[in-house]
Amino acid sequence: MSTIKSRPIYPGLSPDPNARRNVVVCDAAGAEAVVELLARADGEFAGRTSVVLSSEGLFGKESESIVERLKPATVETTAGLVPAIDRLKEILASATMGLRLYAAGSEPLIGSVVQAGAENFIDPLSVRTEHRGSLKRRVQCVHCKGMTENVTTNPVKCAQCGLLLLVRDHYSKRLAAFQGVCINAETPDESPELKVEFQ
Amino acid sequence: MVLAFKNETFRDDFTFSNSPAAIRRFPFPFVEDKYMYSVNIEPHELGPKGSVYEFPIDIDEHYVSEMRDRALVLDADPGRCQALPHMITAQWDMLELLMTSMARDYPEHFSLTRDGNQWHWINRPLGIDHKFTFGDVATLPYQPMEYIGRQCQGDFSIQDQRDGQLWMDAGIITTQADWSLDFDVGMNFFEWHAPVPLAHQAGVFDRALKFLLNMQHGRPVRRLNWTMTINSRLDTSPENYHKWGIDRTTVTPENVGDKVHLRVELQALWRLPRSNAILFSIRCYMIKMRELATVPKWGRRLPRVLRTLPDEIADYKGLTRYRQTTIDWLSKYDDGAPTSLGGGPD
Repeated sequence: MSTIKSRPIYPGLSPDPNARRNVVVCDAAGAEAVVELLARADGEFAGRTSVVLSSEGLFGKESESIVERLKPATVETTAGLVPAIDRLKEILASATMGLRLYAAGSEPLIGSVVQAGAENFIDPLSVRTEHRGSLKRRVQCVHCKGMTENVTTNPVKCAQCGLLLLVRDHYSKRLAAFQGVCINAETPDESPELKVEFQ
Repeated sequence: MVLAFKNETFRDDFTFSNSPAAIRRFPFPFVEDKYMYSVNIEPHELGPKGSVYEFPIDIDEHYVSEMRDRALVLDADPGRCQALPHMITAQWDMLELLMTSMARDYPEHFSLTRDGNQWHWINRPLGIDHKFTFGDVATLPYQPMEYIGRQCQGDFSIQDQRDGQLWMDAGIITTQADWSLDFDVGMNFFEWHAPVPLAHQAGVFDRALKFLLNMQHGRPVRRLNWTMTINSRLDTSPENYHKWGIDRTTVTPENVGDKVHLRVELQALWRLPRSNAILFSIRCYMIKMRELATVPKWGRRLPRVLRTLPDEIADYKGLTRYRQTTIDWLSKYDDGAPTSLGGGPD
């Protein structure tokens, strides 16, 4: 993974034994990191922990098996990243002091959790994060400002305006996205091939 | 000093040009025949009469036309002016600094009368006569940063200081050299500089940040930065890059003199008194190669600088496509004679 200065570092999950409540958002790949987190913590930690699982790409049975493995933590399964973040925002809206936020999974998931936390005045650096699974990115088109999700290729076609975007290695925590800039502005006749770069 | 404001454009037909006096005072940034990044920060002290350093805020013959171009940019893309909510005190700080400087140094053009919080601002070149209450946003047509930013040459960003960092939490940026305020707003000093090549490894940003965090009120500092622009386009934003990028392919040996511009940013920084934020002004000056070559020292030096520029920096500044054509054109002004140290004309 590149180490550009605007990109956050994801140091890995570690339990906060002092938190009164732990809220974890993860996807299927990130759930493995949560299983390891629970195993590292004392027995009471899981009792204070609720997990919001984004089950995108999972079959019912697979979700059930993840829920089983995360016990005795409480797990809420949501249909994907967007409902998972919506659920997180509901939780944060009524949260009290002493809550610790965690995120594990793809970079768009981590970024969205940090972003939702920041909107509720949680310091981005205080969110405990671990990257697992796909390297796919969320990309903001600098021209039309539209977001393109689940980007694995570079360049990528903007989902909103259709320009062919170079995915720049520059990341905004506020937008939870990388920057996309038109790749052939100086060579409009050329159409560079889409190479898989973020798998 | 009464300025004669030019009526010119920075888009479409690009009628911008510099008068001989404006060429003479151009802040040529190269103090020797080569260039490398450095923390070239110096006190923003008053300089010689007529120079761009004569006053803290420099207003010149392009003022009225530049303000017209800024208004066009903001109409098309309001996201070029953004401030996070906690920056309102810093916005008033900025308005005060700019209005008091402009009125003091250009009394023929601007005046400010203050009676407690009741302020009366007159901007003659732009035909503005406005009474407002300092500290009360409702008495201005825009937020304070945008209000004064629409009346002062140069882009401005305001940096909040907390946790031993500077955070770019506000800005009015319409003449940027290829960076996006909308993307960078809310970032810290290292984050918004992330795409700059070579300088991180050289420790430039660590040293610069340390310096800036300790800046004191009343002791502004400045540095010069530079790039090159094809046509006299002020709005070289990434937002519009898909429209202007093609310009870089239009340079030919015949049109270098008029098309290729050296673009210099006079960057000045002030500690603001109420908010403890730092105001950063990015005052852009452009000069055509044909204009630049009228100063023999600059005509000799610029091709030498461009020839020895590291490729990474040339790429980052977007010069690669027309660098050699420009060097070739300029070379006829380089007779090989030695040049004196410092940027000013001999």
